[in-house]
Amino acid sequence: MWSGTPLFPQGASTIAGRVDALYFFLLAVSGFFGLLIAGLVVFFAIKYRRRHPNAVGTEVSGGLALEIGWTVLPFLISLIIFFWGANIYFAMSRPPDETLNIYAVGKQWMWNIQHTDGTREINELHVPVGRAVRMIMTSEDVLHDFSIPAFRVKADVIPGRYTQIWFEATKPGRYHLFCAEYCGTRHSGMTGQVVVMKAADYQTWLSGGAPEGSLASVGGKLFGDLACNTCHRPDSRGRGPVLAGLFGHTVQLQGGDIVTVDEQYLRESILQPSAKITAGYQPVMPAFQGIVSEEQLLALIEYVKSLSTPQQQTMPARPDTPTSGGPAR
Amino acid sequence: MEVFPTHHYLNDGYGIRSWLLTRDHKRIALLYLAAITFFFFIGGSFAVLMRIDLATPAGDLVSDDTYNELFTMHGIVMVFFFLIPAIPAVLGNFLVPLMIGAKDLAFPKLNLLSWYIYILGGLFTLHALVTGGVDTGWTMYAPLSTEFSTTRVIPAALGIFITGFSSILTALNFIVTIHRMRAPGLSWFRLPLFLWSTYATSVITVLGTPVIAVTMLLVGAERVFHFGFFDPKIGGDPVLFQHLFWFYSHPAVYIMVLPAMGVISELVAAFCRKPVFGYSFVAFASLAIAILGFLVWGHHLFVAGQSVYASLIFSMLSFLVAIPSAVKVFNWTATMYKGAISWQTPMLYAIGFIGLFTIGGLTGLFLAAIGMDVHLTDTYFVIAHFHYIMVGGTIMGYLGGLHYWWPKISGRLYPEGLARLAAGIIFVGFNLTFFPQFILGYLGMPRRYHAYPPEFQVLNVLSSAGASILGIGYLLPMAYFAWSLRYGKVAGSNPFGATGLEWTTTSPPPTENFAVTPIVTSGPYEYPSPVEKHVA
Repeated sequence: MWSGTPLFPQGASTIAGRVDALYFFLLAVSGFFGLLIAGLVVFFAIKYRRRHPNAVGTEVSGGLALEIGWTVLPFLISLIIFFWGANIYFAMSRPPDETLNIYAVGKQWMWNIQHTDGTREINELHVPVGRAVRMIMTSEDVLHDFSIPAFRVKADVIPGRYTQIWFEATKPGRYHLFCAEYCGTRHSGMTGQVVVMKAADYQTWLSGGAPEGSLASVGGKLFGDLACNTCHRPDSRGRGPVLAGLFGHTVQLQGGDIVTVDEQYLRESILQPSAKITAGYQPVMPAFQGIVSEEQLLALIEYVKSLSTPQQQTMPARPDTPTSGGPAR
Repeated sequence: MEVFPTHHYLNDGYGIRSWLLTRDHKRIALLYLAAITFFFFIGGSFAVLMRIDLATPAGDLVSDDTYNELFTMHGIVMVFFFLIPAIPAVLGNFLVPLMIGAKDLAFPKLNLLSWYIYILGGLFTLHALVTGGVDTGWTMYAPLSTEFSTTRVIPAALGIFITGFSSILTALNFIVTIHRMRAPGLSWFRLPLFLWSTYATSVITVLGTPVIAVTMLLVGAERVFHFGFFDPKIGGDPVLFQHLFWFYSHPAVYIMVLPAMGVISELVAAFCRKPVFGYSFVAFASLAIAILGFLVWGHHLFVAGQSVYASLIFSMLSFLVAIPSAVKVFNWTATMYKGAISWQTPMLYAIGFIGLFTIGGLTGLFLAAIGMDVHLTDTYFVIAHFHYIMVGGTIMGYLGGLHYWWPKISGRLYPEGLARLAAGIIFVGFNLTFFPQFILGYLGMPRRYHAYPPEFQVLNVLSSAGASILGIGYLLPMAYFAWSLRYGKVAGSNPFGATGLEWTTTSPPPTENFAVTPIVTSGPYEYPSPVEKHVA
């Protein structure tokens, strides 16, 4: 029974080793102070045990240096841990410029994974080894949390906004995917597997699915179906802003604020367009809150993103153009 | 041979009215003792059922919904109806007037009202329990609690809302009493450290509890009227709930543990028979914890979409709040140096507290380090950490204090051998229950999981085995305290040879506490105590 019991988790991402290093340092610090305190308490309890019913202790005075010492020393050690932890956290929060983007939508009680080539999976996430992957996630209902212990990363998945994690897997294999934020009845059933594959295997796996075409092409079709293209025209004569080249750049809003166009901004501009109006345009766009689903929203966003990157950065190995009707396979 | 006093607060009236309408702080303390013990065993029985279910990886003993209700009700009952009131409402009520040489608290009727409010809140929560339970987790995160849960959220939230007022009133009573009713000569720096920590706790309670009350009202209002405070579809934010909730609930951790720290200071002084080392540092550490405790709530939101910079600041502040706690541990340890250390039961609890609280505090450093917390948050590591603080800390302090002052409360001694055995069983059972959970957490096992992957089973079985030992450990004191009420040896006014005004009056004390108002001429822990000089 013991042989199958791990005492330490496997590490399968570039960040895992850094987290583990801090863990061992913390274990060493805790072990030292824990044993010091326990040792002193037991030693004193034995050495100074009461030998006579009326015995009293000897008052020990003059501890100012000691008090300052044991205030400052823990503080200094805390500072080391703080900076070390913050350093890892910065690395976790800042994905590299080039990432493979994958979308996830949590809902009671399953994970919908959406790859940009149009492949969808449920409760399984296939990723290539050795490549930075950025997960862009939201929830359709309550809070969830996308947790991959072997990668030492997790993030809450929150309705109404996008959160993200990134990781770079280092070892092919199958790893636990957990929902770590309590989400109701089947919370403990909202689990899955992360399948890390060698690059070639991953390409083979990818070419298996996606009958409707890439996510961006699905979004492009939706863009027409919802008549977005009547105002957002490729030339500058539409009633709405031109979307080509927009993603990743800044726009000026009415009132002078400048915002960067990211997934969150696009999401808000589709669902509640009047929240932020681009300078020079009228607030005439209808709100799509309640009209488009989370999956459709992701497709639309991916379409807008594709207008800024004609060569889809996430799929360099594939010849499909984002707007082509369907894959040639 | 000690003689049982003829007149004392326990025989000052026998009818049910003499208890239910009493204004005597000592009797009200006993009313609380009965009520919180009742809730402790309710909350504990939920834990037992969970641990039995978790002995196997499949969720096979109860249904998913039942399991979710079990951990929710375990949390609500234990936090709001046991841990928060335990030491202040039982030991604090009994001891604050006795320790300052007063006849009662400043507002005796308000004190009785506090107990009735507590009971009313408890009834709402029990009502929620018997009419179907709640499945939101004790944290009641939106939008699960406000939109999606179909369980009895409103009665449970109302129960928490109402009980909060009981805490607020008790805290106000303590603050006024400690300010206004100290015996002549009892200056602030002659106060026993239990009163410093009770005072600090009361300040947190008065400032923080209204926030949880408002938060619970918002949850109720959102469920009934759909205002949308936490609903992103109409412009609300679910994360706002977490800020409001933890703005109270993190300081609430200190509401639970500070009084226990106060008890430990008393125990260490009494059973080492010497002053607490660094008295003023220990006293000010309580106040530092009370203040800093309000500034760290964001460390519960490191993975909840909080900005990176907010997380950095909350991480730094969380390390700062660890410092005064460490200072206390070092001072208690130093107090033992050159002490005359008795190994009686209360000291065993104090030693147990120091050990368990140290582990709880050190593992807090893991969680305060943001890059580490990302992996650990929402796992069993967090469960283990806060049980080391709340059970290893607060309950060890509470039980240690209950043993120490039991002769004063009842006038009789508990059976020493059996009590030491129980303390040992609790210590072993506790560690076996919760230490494996640290390992489970680093392995990544999420909290609030009814079913789990099979490789986690061995550690879960160990934890469940520990819980059954712990359960026996908790039943033992119940049994022998009850036994001692009738058969225990008569204690006498100061069985431990301790200092403190409470030991200068009879055991049990008379209703008016002191025949003559005492005059204080020395610091709190000056040995040999006046009584002992007399004896020797």
